[in-house]
Amino acid sequence: MSDRIVVDAKNTYCPGPLMELIAGMKQAAVGDELEVLATDKGSANDIPEWIKKVGHQVLDSFDENGVWHVIVRKEK
Amino acid sequence: MSNKMSVLVSSGDREQLQMAAMISSVAAVSGNEVNIFLSMNSLRYFQQGDTNVAPSEGEVGALLQNKSVPDFRELFRSAVELGDAQIYPCSMALDILNIPASGLLDYITPEPLGLTRFLDMSSDSQVLSF
Repeated sequence: MSDRIVVDAKNTYCPGPLMELIAGMKQAAVGDELEVLATDKGSANDIPEWIKKVGHQVLDSFDENGVWHVIVRKEK
Repeated sequence: MSNKMSVLVSSGDREQLQMAAMISSVAAVSGNEVNIFLSMNSLRYFQQGDTNVAPSEGEVGALLQNKSVPDFRELFRSAVELGDAQIYPCSMALDILNIPASGLLDYITPEPLGLTRFLDMSSDSQVLSF
């Protein structure tokens, strides 16, 4: 497994963080982990929904000092 | 539930353009085939080099401009480049505005569409109008 890819999408709004994650996922290999950073709580809710819908995996999601970290694994 | 969606965008107001772009981009990256038809007051904002700011309808539209909300043009680009979306200019609106399809942003299908084909394309899909 390669290093975790960080997608810094702080200070933008829905669906900006989701689109930045998807752009990152297109470049990533199957099995790679990506960590999205978002200050938009709507995205913190919406990203896991999208990940489940399209068949990837959410590994973790937490709020750290007002920044949401959503960690996902590309499954296909 | 259909996985095909048609989005008719005729408003030139900021909130309408933003909502159309948000719905289109998320639908297109979520396994839906999305066909977007730009007509009436929306089309002028998709000319190359256009820097016009779409007027807001109300409070949220005014706030959108001051926050780091993704630009609706870039969300439409994401719909095409990251998802399964096609964006078509309305042939009538091009004629009225007197602009060539080749003068539109590069992610827009350079083939103008008439209503007959749009109706045919959307006959088996969910249709959203903005």
